[in-house]
Amino acid sequence: MGAYGAYVWSCFVLTAIVFLICEWRARRRQRQVYRDIEVRVKALGGCQ
Amino acid sequence: MWNLLYRLASPPHFYKLAAGMIPWFAVSGLLAVAYGAYAGLFIAPPDYQQGDAFRIIYVHVPSAYLSMMAYVIMATGAGIGLIWRMKLAHAVAAAAAPLGAWFTFLALVTGSIWGRPMWGTWWEWGDPRLTSELVMLFLYFGYIALRGAIDDTAKADRASAVLALVGAVNVPIIHFSVEWWSSLHQGPTLIREGGPAIDSAMLYPLLAMILGFTLLFGALLLRRVRTEVLYRERRTKWVREMILSTPGNYL
Repeated sequence: MGAYGAYVWSCFVLTAIVFLICEWRARRRQRQVYRDIEVRVKALGGCQ
Repeated sequence: MWNLLYRLASPPHFYKLAAGMIPWFAVSGLLAVAYGAYAGLFIAPPDYQQGDAFRIIYVHVPSAYLSMMAYVIMATGAGIGLIWRMKLAHAVAAAAAPLGAWFTFLALVTGSIWGRPMWGTWWEWGDPRLTSELVMLFLYFGYIALRGAIDDTAKADRASAVLALVGAVNVPIIHFSVEWWSSLHQGPTLIREGGPAIDSAMLYPLLAMILGFTLLFGALLLRRVRTEVLYRERRTKWVREMILSTPGNYL
């Protein structure tokens, strides 16, 4: 990679980090929404 | 045809269908990216002018393409939601915005890192491609902020849809900026008269990366749309029944 190695690898590593952040945030939000609904449904005894 | 579309757009049907599609998108996307990254980094020959620095193309171009595609998806969803009042369309628009912002950020940063050794500068304000891409990042921020500022989901959908549609004018400006104005940025490499201006040894890994990024983006988008659907439908019977029948199984 020569003199450009730092530029090239930093771009690839940054891309991997962005994908991981996107996946983590999507899962976290999904879990959060699901649990909020779960708590509410259970608190109401499943009959609203 | 319309029946099929209505069935696909039905929130419970989409929620189940998307759950089955996510692993397929993710695994095939990872395979394509693994091949594209390996071939792009280790097999493709160095560029005769840019040397190994050209390998940044394998993450920069797919990111830039996705930044625009996400906006097209967002604006289309917003438009369909606004005109036909389809709930799923607004959910798609809302889910596409954060992803679009991330990929626009990635395109800007990788472009900047590429620009430093090639142009001798991290950023050039006079360049139309760079500036219009930055405008798109601000449009994403505006869309997300507007949605966040309005508590009522239906009102947030309508207000943000107008912003998304108005901002859509920026997409062709980004795409054609290198042809319309004098730019530091190179012209089109893939979609141009006379075919791609790139050797096949460099082209195939790039196509694999574009395909892989698109599939991974699809998996991320589907996951986010599922969450949006779940949130919007939280008071409905099907969500209550699903939660009670599969407690803790949020995936």
